[in-house]
Amino acid sequence: MTDASNVIGPERRPDLSGARLSRRYAAERRFRLYGLAAVMTGAAILLVLIGTIVANGYTAFFQTEIALEIDFDPETIDPDATRDPEVLRAANYQVLIRRAMQARFPQVTDRREKRTLSRMVSSGASLKLQDMIMVDPDLIGTSRRVWVKSSDDIDSFAKGKIRRDVPDADRRVKDREIAWFDTLDSQDAIRSKFNTTFFTAGDSREPEQAGIWGAVIGSFLTLLVTLMLSFPTGVLAAVYLEEFAPKNRWTDLIEVNINNLAAVPSIVFGLLGLAVFLNFFGLPRSAPLVGGMVLALMTLPTIIIAGRAALKAVPPSVREAALGIGASHLQAVMHHVFPLAMPGMLTGTIIGMAQALGESAPLLMIGMVAFIVDVPGGFTDPATVLPVQIYLWADSPERAFVAKTSAAIMVLLAFLIVMNAMAVVLRKRFERRW
Amino acid sequence: MQTATLTDVTVNAGHLGGVVKLRGASAAKMTARDVNVYYGEAQALRQVDLDIGEKRITALIGPSGCGKSTFLRCLNRMNDVIEGCRVTGRIEMDGEDIYDTALDVVRLRARVGMVFQKPNPFPKSIFDNIAYGPRIHGFANHKNDLDEIVQTSLERAGLWLEVKDRLAAPGTGLSGGQQQRLCIARAIAVDPDVILMDEPCSALDPIATAKIEELMDELRTSLTIVIVTHSMQQAARVSQHTAFFHLGSLIECGDTDEIFTNPQDERTQGYITGRFG
Ligand SMILES: Nc1ncnc2c1ncn2[C@@H]1O[C@H](COP(=O)(O)OP(=O)(O)O)[C@@H](O)[C@H]1O
Ligand SMILES: [Mg+2]
Repeated sequence: MTDASNVIGPERRPDLSGARLSRRYAAERRFRLYGLAAVMTGAAILLVLIGTIVANGYTAFFQTEIALEIDFDPETIDPDATRDPEVLRAANYQVLIRRAMQARFPQVTDRREKRTLSRMVSSGASLKLQDMIMVDPDLIGTSRRVWVKSSDDIDSFAKGKIRRDVPDADRRVKDREIAWFDTLDSQDAIRSKFNTTFFTAGDSREPEQAGIWGAVIGSFLTLLVTLMLSFPTGVLAAVYLEEFAPKNRWTDLIEVNINNLAAVPSIVFGLLGLAVFLNFFGLPRSAPLVGGMVLALMTLPTIIIAGRAALKAVPPSVREAALGIGASHLQAVMHHVFPLAMPGMLTGTIIGMAQALGESAPLLMIGMVAFIVDVPGGFTDPATVLPVQIYLWADSPERAFVAKTSAAIMVLLAFLIVMNAMAVVLRKRFERRW
Repeated sequence: MQTATLTDVTVNAGHLGGVVKLRGASAAKMTARDVNVYYGEAQALRQVDLDIGEKRITALIGPSGCGKSTFLRCLNRMNDVIEGCRVTGRIEMDGEDIYDTALDVVRLRARVGMVFQKPNPFPKSIFDNIAYGPRIHGFANHKNDLDEIVQTSLERAGLWLEVKDRLAAPGTGLSGGQQQRLCIARAIAVDPDVILMDEPCSALDPIATAKIEELMDELRTSLTIVIVTHSMQQAARVSQHTAFFHLGSLIECGDTDEIFTNPQDERTQGYITGRFG
């Protein structure tokens, strides 16, 4: 047959003509161009997104401060000169600030004007004075120049977020406040300083006193619980299902369900947590313990699936080699297969953790959305987490919270980038050692 | 045609109508009787009766898919780990049924080592590759013992001189031939009676192949070897016994010289003269 066709049919040769070749190359170039365009589009969108967030948020890392000549009046702070910490703590430092502001602007006499004047300073400033006196009671009776935080409106104004050219009636910072601000500025009594409060404080109703530390600790505690629960459980389940479970209808059913579980909307886990952990077991509301348990349920399928994939990727020759010299099944798995699968499992775990870190919906269900000022000190303290903090701030009416929201997003993104980078490093470090 | 010399026949009397003629067998280290293997519904081996001579090299030849590897894996129960694989019949080693439920398969595999087609050293150091077996079987209680076992195993595998300065280097960094000898050394290290080799040279170049063949010849003085090979020349060079499989049945087995010069079955003749396979 082949002979016949060779004789009758025309001789077949590859068509290597220039036109055909250049068409092939052109097709390849086009394809590359499409790919490049797709990547560029993605990168551009990402850049715009991150650019907006940074542009909105970077100002939150700075805080406007006002210098005040504070007279630590003994009559006001400690009239009986007891130096009793209780007395010092309870003293009315707000008065000191009010006096200092009035001393700067003696021409202001109207009571309402006076109140507006002292409101240029953050309500948290008195805490700073209290702190100074508690640390060093000898300051009583002296006079000091103290930098205190401005109010959030003045801060927004200083950062240009509230503009001068808007009519007075539509502006949160009125003309006379602007005049006072300019006076202070000309006296070098205004400065912008790195906002450490943002990184050390819990939430607050006052933007200039609000920080993400509470949410960071909340996230940390929650993720710790998630990791402790989901990593060992997930890895053991993966090893058992992949290596030891008999292949039958039951294990098939379990496998299907694990895959389904990975696709269940996270809010459902939140509802489950509410019904089971809170209502049935009576665990505390808003607690990292419960949040961690809910997120562990959510992360578990991810870890199991990644773990099984990692175990499957270990070449069977390694297993055979171990069995061939008389290793038991468990030894072959534990000594050879598992160590090779470990980087893959860790990568899966980190990705699962990163998902959990960015999750907010299920935590709303178990009350982690509450307004919590204190930095949580333990697993059962009420707490919130970073994404929920972002949600809370995004929902706040104050102008200054807009920047805080973006700043918190930046912090969350930084954590996510670090975690994903860790996953990449792990993968690179242990890549294909066989 | 010359008939077989029946002086040293060890046919098991009365067994299955004597489909298989056993010629020139020595004392049998392992015996397989009426072995059938099924993968699920499909039968891969039919009624195989074969003796493996002690301190001999037995070559299993036959076209691809005829069940050579399947039979080889029966001898150390590596088929146990294959889902849906079922073995019937009786395989004995030194008169002991290796499929006896009382027998510890881990112990069996320590006595019947295996070398695979593709060299598969562990992704660990050369030292650890060899030391792993003795460690898990509790052969060596002291570091010194272990050092000694590693050295003698590598020496017996003809690899010592090449690797003695880099025992801590990964085994996967060696050349293909060296890796295969490392795998042989790893098998030797647990002091087995039998070594099964499944096409150990098919991934190697002629020089590495020659080294392995030389090594097998040396090992024969102390070990029983069963080798699956698709190279007729290799079977002729290294083995004393040859068994020819076809479509899951053992067609013929006997002294290698006899099989190659005077095959009894026309299928054997066809295969060794290259008419099919
Ligand atoms: N793990 C397995 N599952 C199902 N069938 C298999 C398996 N291994 C081998 N077989 C089948 O068994 C037969 C014999 O295979 P094998 O022993 O590997 O042949 P050989 O080594 O002689 O080439 C083939 O038909 C093959 O398809
Ligand atoms: Mg084979």
